[in-house]
Amino acid sequence: MTQPATRQPATRTPAPEREPISMFGFWVYLMTDCVIFACLFATYAVLHRNTAGGPGAAELFSLPFVLAETLILLTSSYTAGLGLLSARRGERRAMFAWLALTGLLGLAFLGLEISEFRNLVIEGNSWQRSGFLSAFFTLVGTHGLHIATGLVWLGVLADKLYFRGLMPGNLRRLALFTLFWHFLDVIWIFIFTFVYLLGVTS
Amino acid sequence: MTRGRYMLGFVVSVGLTLLAGWLVSQHLATHHAWPPDSLLPVWLVGIALGQLLAQLILFLHVGEESKPRWKLMVMLFAALVVLVVVVGSIWIMNNLNYHMMDDPAGLNAAIMHDEGIHR
Repeated sequence: MTQPATRQPATRTPAPEREPISMFGFWVYLMTDCVIFACLFATYAVLHRNTAGGPGAAELFSLPFVLAETLILLTSSYTAGLGLLSARRGERRAMFAWLALTGLLGLAFLGLEISEFRNLVIEGNSWQRSGFLSAFFTLVGTHGLHIATGLVWLGVLADKLYFRGLMPGNLRRLALFTLFWHFLDVIWIFIFTFVYLLGVTS
Repeated sequence: MTRGRYMLGFVVSVGLTLLAGWLVSQHLATHHAWPPDSLLPVWLVGIALGQLLAQLILFLHVGEESKPRWKLMVMLFAALVVLVVVVGSIWIMNNLNYHMMDDPAGLNAAIMHDEGIHR
């Protein structure tokens, strides 16, 4: 059976290798997410002195604790990048090891953050205490929510990679996840500096 | 995009994080004597911007795309919006606080002094 003639010439050369458009679309999403965080940072900057007679940042935050959180998230960002590199080389086992480490470090970070929030609430310093604490919980909590979403994404992705293998679609998904994870680390640099470091010295 | 670049990004980021933490611990240990209150915020913000640059280049691979650099354009536009939102909010709200000092008696006198108004 003969195929009907197509309109495309048979000698058509493939398009040169380029990044899929979804990479660009995801990048635009990340940049709009930046704007959300900018609004929350601005709110925090405006409200951080409004403690309503309650405790301020210097009394509530601890340097070693937040330093540990930061190093954990940073390492997680690094291992996610190594996972992507292993995947591109087709090293399945190494990729799963790096991604598992990324997930565990992400969970550890989230656990530390939840325990910090829990202690604050138990001591009566919840988001209802003052304008400062409302802004703090909203800013840091939004970042934590992104981390939690990223962990769910990583779990779903690991399932796809395990059962369907390192096909191009999955490599693209992994590249997008890695971009997201690095982005969250960049946002955390600013939370670390402006909320915690400048907070404990105020 | 190589393992070496990731390693470099990781080492630089950890180094800058520890440097910032060390400066703050010194500041607290010396009871705000060193680094002084006037310099510490400047240094910490400088370190944060260094971290931002290192991670953008070495982790997020900004600057590796070929022309036309749409990703870079979008990022610069987002940076503009971020600056307007953050700087604008702080500026406006500080100004508002200034004009609504919770000292009605001294308010007029303070503003007249600051603005150089003489009656």
